[in-house]
Amino acid sequence: MNDQQKKPAIRRRTALLLAILLLMSKFSFAVDVSPVKMDDALWSNGKIYVVVLVVLTIFLGIILTLIHLERKIKKLEKQVQ
Amino acid sequence: MRQHWWKALCVLLLAYTVIAGLMMPVPPLPIIHESIRNLFFHVPMWFTMMILFVFGFCYGIRYLIKGNLKDDIYSVQFIIVGLIFGSMGMVTGMEWAKYTWGQPWSNDPKQLGAALSMLIYFAYFALRGAIPDEEKKAKIAAVYSIFAFALMIPFIWILPSLTDSLHPGSGGNSGFNTYDLDNELRKVFYPAVIGWFLLGLWITSLFIRMKLLKQRELLKEIKAAQATGQPLE
Repeated sequence: MNDQQKKPAIRRRTALLLAILLLMSKFSFAVDVSPVKMDDALWSNGKIYVVVLVVLTIFLGIILTLIHLERKIKKLEKQVQ
Repeated sequence: MRQHWWKALCVLLLAYTVIAGLMMPVPPLPIIHESIRNLFFHVPMWFTMMILFVFGFCYGIRYLIKGNLKDDIYSVQFIIVGLIFGSMGMVTGMEWAKYTWGQPWSNDPKQLGAALSMLIYFAYFALRGAIPDEEKKAKIAAVYSIFAFALMIPFIWILPSLTDSLHPGSGGNSGFNTYDLDNELRKVFYPAVIGWFLLGLWITSLFIRMKLLKQRELLKEIKAAQATGQPLE
């Protein structure tokens, strides 16, 4: 009997706690929602395209090396057979 | 594998990854900011390593079943190239962590798991180097590579996701899907994974052909010995 009498009180307390937590989370959420400031310096002068170009050049160089290697290996394979 | 179309596909996908990956608008995220673009470069390194290790594992098993030394060569080369990609994943991860988590190494469970499974795979080569007999070496190494692969899965996939990790998708952290609210990142991420994997496959195929050329005398000897039923001295 004693237990059953206690339960509503606990429930009320949990509800209160939940309400407080919800309120807090609402406030903290409001902080999170403020727009994230991105680093726009890289983009402001349009020179990011130079970086893209450089990376693409390096990538192309690597691919050309791979093709060169592949041809060399093919030649060797033919010599062996 | 001697066809060329998939190599052209690899170049196309990676060119798309570089161009779109650097220039597409990205979702504004706290702390990570523009560095979310590393998703197209750092993460596919690990994916490529995993898939190459799967191939290495399968060829290891194939060697144990069929006993053809060629399969052993395939298995080793897949593991070598997998480790190269894994090392690049490790270095790029530390570089990224320096600017987002504050330090290159923070004993994050996923960092530790990846380091451990890479060490296990490095030990694979120590083991190989210690056995002079070619067939014994191949057999023991193939068995070991099964253990190494079986250990990698809990180390990289299961254990980090059970504990708190700085990596997304672990512990209380939100996964990659919550970053990608409008599915824009996926449009570059998936082609990037395929492109980088195909590059890994291409490099591995060259490694394998080189090794087959180098070992052709040995392969011939073993074949002849197997045909006459005489053991190789």
